[in-house]
Amino acid sequence: MAANCARVVGSLFGKSVNFASSTRPVTLQFCRQICGTPALRRKNLGPTVPETFTAEFIQKQVEEFEIGKRHLANMMGEDPENFTQEDIDRSIAYLFPSGLFEKRARPLMKHPVEIFPKQRAVQWGPDGRPFHFLFYTGKQAYYSLMHDLYGRVLKVEKHQDQLRAKGLFPTEPKQIALGPSRWLTKEEMEALLVEPISRQDYEHFIQLMERLLAMPCCSLEQQFVMSHRQQLEAQSMHQVVPPLQKDDAGVDFSTAEGRRKSSRGSVVVRDCGAGRLTVNGQDHLHYFPVLQDREQLMFPLQFCGLLGRFDLDCSVSGGGRSSQAGALRLAISRALLSFLSQSEGEAMRQAGLLTPDPRVRERKKPGQEGARRKFTWKKR
Amino acid sequence: MSLHRLAFRLRPTVTRVRSLHSSGFVQQQEAVAVEPEPESLSVFRTHEKDPACHSDKHVGQFYTLSSAHVRPLFPDSLPWRYQQQMKTFNETCIMVRQPALEVISYLKKADYSQPALRYVFYGLKGTGKTMSLCHTLHFCYTQGWLVLHVPDAHLWVKNCKELLPSSYKSSRFDQPLQATTWLRNFKITNEPFLSKIKLKERYVWTKRESTEAGSSLGELVDQGISRIKSSSDVVGAVMKELRLQSGQPGADFRLAVAVDGVNALWGRSTIKKGDKTAVDPEELTLVYNLRKLMKNDWSGGAVITTLSQTGSLYHPKSAYLPQDLLGERGFDNMDPFIPVSVPNYSEKEFESCYLYYMDRNWLQHPQSRTAEGKKELIFLCNMNPSMFERLCGHL
Repeated sequence: MAANCARVVGSLFGKSVNFASSTRPVTLQFCRQICGTPALRRKNLGPTVPETFTAEFIQKQVEEFEIGKRHLANMMGEDPENFTQEDIDRSIAYLFPSGLFEKRARPLMKHPVEIFPKQRAVQWGPDGRPFHFLFYTGKQAYYSLMHDLYGRVLKVEKHQDQLRAKGLFPTEPKQIALGPSRWLTKEEMEALLVEPISRQDYEHFIQLMERLLAMPCCSLEQQFVMSHRQQLEAQSMHQVVPPLQKDDAGVDFSTAEGRRKSSRGSVVVRDCGAGRLTVNGQDHLHYFPVLQDREQLMFPLQFCGLLGRFDLDCSVSGGGRSSQAGALRLAISRALLSFLSQSEGEAMRQAGLLTPDPRVRERKKPGQEGARRKFTWKKR
Repeated sequence: MSLHRLAFRLRPTVTRVRSLHSSGFVQQQEAVAVEPEPESLSVFRTHEKDPACHSDKHVGQFYTLSSAHVRPLFPDSLPWRYQQQMKTFNETCIMVRQPALEVISYLKKADYSQPALRYVFYGLKGTGKTMSLCHTLHFCYTQGWLVLHVPDAHLWVKNCKELLPSSYKSSRFDQPLQATTWLRNFKITNEPFLSKIKLKERYVWTKRESTEAGSSLGELVDQGISRIKSSSDVVGAVMKELRLQSGQPGADFRLAVAVDGVNALWGRSTIKKGDKTAVDPEELTLVYNLRKLMKNDWSGGAVITTLSQTGSLYHPKSAYLPQDLLGERGFDNMDPFIPVSVPNYSEKEFESCYLYYMDRNWLQHPQSRTAEGKKELIFLCNMNPSMFERLCGHL
């Protein structure tokens, strides 16, 4: 029984876990020819056509995914009924740990709808007659959208005429609250309609939408308009502000951490009013003899104009002198956020004080002397 | 037309004549104006030029040393950066600070019939130990003492270009270059005493040369400067004579021995013998004789020293306490001594130094003159005098 389960799991698992971001499902059984390379065997078939998947195939994949999900939940000892996508991701990361930097190259197990690109179902019936009345235009989704949009424009105009006839035409047109949003890009429209759109078609669509928005009574079609707009989230809403704590003496303080390259630093910022700095128990002048490092530490405080106000107690480890200074700078900026208002925090973010520096040491590649440096080229 | 041109040519000369007259008036006015100026005191300066009169109320203020004192007292023995500052600002100003005042007060009250007291300035790097030593030395000089100043004892235990085996004792080594330099500086500093002090013993240098008892110190020093080979022994002889004579009832001078970087005498040296073995500082004539002076078996004077990590060999950068830098041997030799800690600038002293640089127009950067800039400077240098000076050098 257990052996059966294991075998079933193995085969099902092999098909539901995808190791590549491409749309081709990878089977774990390979048949290799002993001699010859794939390049020799591949015949030139002309330009490759994107693969199409039949609806039955997709449905089979969905069933396999569901069963595989239940097996995975059993393996991890969790409840198969309430196994969410985050649980799946966590379990896969645990069972198949990968050190690859590119997140998209790591093993993933997602619902086939997210993996296989959306394809249009068959557009005609068994008698060969197409379902949609605009099929023979060639761009049926686009033209139907334009048709629908123009119909709404006419409806709004008719509503306006009715109001004008009754004498209730609003003098101040009620604008749609668009909020921080933008129109969907051409790529997003193509994904929405599951159909390629040309640049001119897209521009016509946007022009007609703008015309709809320009009308006074366009609030009737708010939902339709918003479905074609993308909300923009303000960057600053992502910032996590460390909480402001009070210690025994009644002094406000806050703690924060920062990292840079391989250094990890943490800072306790106290609202004493002395302006002293201690790094790893030593004076900051002694720990950072180089002026550049001390300037890095000073930058957040100087930017906010709070130089003599705070007492800083820093601890840092790992990395070199410059990366330790950078880690501490980030930690200080984050700790200061709890003492500042929203707008000042936004100013810090725009100054780049709150952005962790993503630069890491690039690996050395084989065949080269370093990450970029090649061996000395000799002509002969 | 020509008349017009003449008139034009004449006009500038007329104006020039007028300006000559007016400048004369202006000069007279300026001469009148100059006199009341010295009476207006600035906050960071004091007009008290005599270190003996400095007291607690002068702490944090700069006093100017007269050039008549500076050239003989410090022929080459001030810190290099300070010498450059002297040249730039065209004056020698030292800040009156608490450690130096303390030692000066002890020197005033000490009993000179007792064995010599030893004072040691210690502190973190760049806090002003050497400058405190110079301030104290200036006091001794103005009081008419004989000043025996070793600017940096570390220079005697490292980077020695010439090392001769001693003629006096075969196990020791001579350093002729360093000895001659020191004798020259000694001569410049103590001109008046050279003819007054007479030698008590006879010193034989070679078969033909000897210095008789009863001849003046000046002759001995000249002997050392001219005969380079025996200069280290001359240094030893000078030290011995001064040590013997200073406590005597007949002597009318007091001896101030000032050594900067005294921890070099008991540390290690980087000098190597011919066979690549390291030379112990004890085997160097200069160091041996200086160590004898450091003992408190003589009276009638004082020993003022500083510890220095900057030039020291084989000491970590974090060491600044006497126990760390002197080592066991040095501590036992120097014990008992009076340790004087030299801290970083206080708020008042920092303010004073900042105003001094502003007054000398040393801070050119517009941001450095604002209150914000001052806060930045405080943060970056953390009230350390030498760091502050280096920072301001960039501005």
